[in-house]
Amino acid sequence: MIEIKNLTKKFGQNLVLDNISFSVKKREILGFLGPNGAGKSTTMKIITSFWSPTSGQVLIDGLDMAKDSLSARKKIGYLPETVPLYEDMRVFEYLKFIAEIRGLSKGETKDRVKEVVSICGLSKVLRQPIEELSKGFRQRVGLAQAIMHRPDILILDEPTTGLDPNQIVEIRDLIKTIGREKTVIFSTHILSEVSATCDRVIIINNGKIVGQGSPGELMKKSGGAEIIYVKIRGLKNEVEKKLKEMENVIRVEVKDKEAEDIYGYEIEPVSGVDLREYLSLTVMKNNWSILEFSKKSASLENVFRELTK
Amino acid sequence: MSLREDPFRRPPTGGGGRSTKQSLVKFIVREIASSLKLLAMTDYFNYIMPKLLYLKTIYILFKKELMSYFNSPIAYVFIGVFLVAGNWLFFNTFFLASQASMRNYFALLPWIFLFLSPAITMRLWAEEKKSGTIELLLTLPVADWQVVLAKFFSALIFLSISLLFSSTIPISIAFLGNLDLGPVIGGYLGALFLGGSYLALGLFISSLTKNQIIAFIIGLTACFAAFIVGADFVLAGSPQAFAPIMKFMGLGSHFNNIARGVIDTKDVIYYVSFIFLFLWLNVRVIENRAWK
Repeated sequence: MIEIKNLTKKFGQNLVLDNISFSVKKREILGFLGPNGAGKSTTMKIITSFWSPTSGQVLIDGLDMAKDSLSARKKIGYLPETVPLYEDMRVFEYLKFIAEIRGLSKGETKDRVKEVVSICGLSKVLRQPIEELSKGFRQRVGLAQAIMHRPDILILDEPTTGLDPNQIVEIRDLIKTIGREKTVIFSTHILSEVSATCDRVIIINNGKIVGQGSPGELMKKSGGAEIIYVKIRGLKNEVEKKLKEMENVIRVEVKDKEAEDIYGYEIEPVSGVDLREYLSLTVMKNNWSILEFSKKSASLENVFRELTK
Repeated sequence: MSLREDPFRRPPTGGGGRSTKQSLVKFIVREIASSLKLLAMTDYFNYIMPKLLYLKTIYILFKKELMSYFNSPIAYVFIGVFLVAGNWLFFNTFFLASQASMRNYFALLPWIFLFLSPAITMRLWAEEKKSGTIELLLTLPVADWQVVLAKFFSALIFLSISLLFSSTIPISIAFLGNLDLGPVIGGYLGALFLGGSYLALGLFISSLTKNQIIAFIIGLTACFAAFIVGADFVLAGSPQAFAPIMKFMGLGSHFNNIARGVIDTKDVIYYVSFIFLFLWLNVRVIENRAWK
């Protein structure tokens, strides 16, 4: 659906994107991850043809953005990071303008505006000037604008910033629903969001792609696949020493203290080794007792930190 | 989150003053716009000539631009200042001279326009850039030149609406004495050409910056320079060799011809190419996103 080939963007001497290539299939939700200033927004601005690349090519459904820009743009719905809206217009005026300029006929415009309003929950603010809207409603108007013409591709630049937790869940659900039929690219720096919604993740840093794959794959790649957390009653120094002496253990860390002689430990085994049984044997042998036991997957956070250091 | 009421039928609620006053004005704007649409006959010809779809896109953008004048206080302030300044300055001396002619009014107009045209155009691009709406506007399936034309024509139509309000002057004079219609029509036509040139220049300047105040001041200076360059007192102080060229370049000298009631193709071609030049430059700037 989208193909990016050797995209490079320079601002003067400043290299913002360095030879980026990737492609997105139909019905795929792609998460774009990276620290601030990594080049996420720049990539999106180039895909939507707001900026032209210094070199490289963007293909939208086979259409070259440099040559067939107008027909390629018809397939895209875009929500920029700052959610720019015409402040002096009322919500319905704005949506009507977007519907008309997107080429919907008069009848379609009326029906589609109603539809989009109910999808995005805007019926309460329909007659308000946009300048009076709260951040959450602005974001919804921005989203309504982006899905107005039923685009095949939806590009959302940090769609959940500034929203409250309920709204974040709503927007995520919306993205998932849309992603069942359409192609979605969205950027974020909230990592839980990526594992919750994306089929595939691209991590970008300093204008380069430093990692890609499904959230699961990325976590596996990062090495320490599983971390065990146990709470043990026993002398702290002794427990820590014995745990470290166990086979296949990379790292033991004292995490918290509940009471005298009750401590929580985090154990990182060599990847692929199931340590649980051996651990409980060790505990029994030493006459300690286990008060709590849990297995954590290495979070995407670790992957992210590692790749963008 | 379901639709509780039909959004298109519900009468406006709350903020009473603003909405009733504005809905009247919007009604007028919509009427003007829809009659313009009839002129273009886009709906009818869409099937015959797909090329006219270009016109439809421009028309939708144009409608949005024109609406934004009346959605903010700009339009009312502008028309108010224009009418008060123009009428007061004109009628100040009108009864002393006691001649049924609008010549003095058309001598004033270029100077009033000089201040008011950059005030219209300053926000047209600068505001879009500052608020970021340009990012959405230019990623819509519209060509850059369509946006430029829509902005220019909305400004021109707005200026014409203001000029229309000043028609109280010729009407009152016609009651007082024998008004020669030729120079009046010529004067209004000249004012449109001159205003159009100011607007094209101001729009171009606005496309170069994010800052409305800079757009206004540079726009004002540029319009002033373009107006004054052909004036007699400037020509007197400049090298003899350049004088004819400068006289031809100046916006002012052509205006005087038309305002006298002499519509010469030379002047019309001059204005049209002046407008075209700056609209073209404007498209180039927007295409290159060259406003950092």
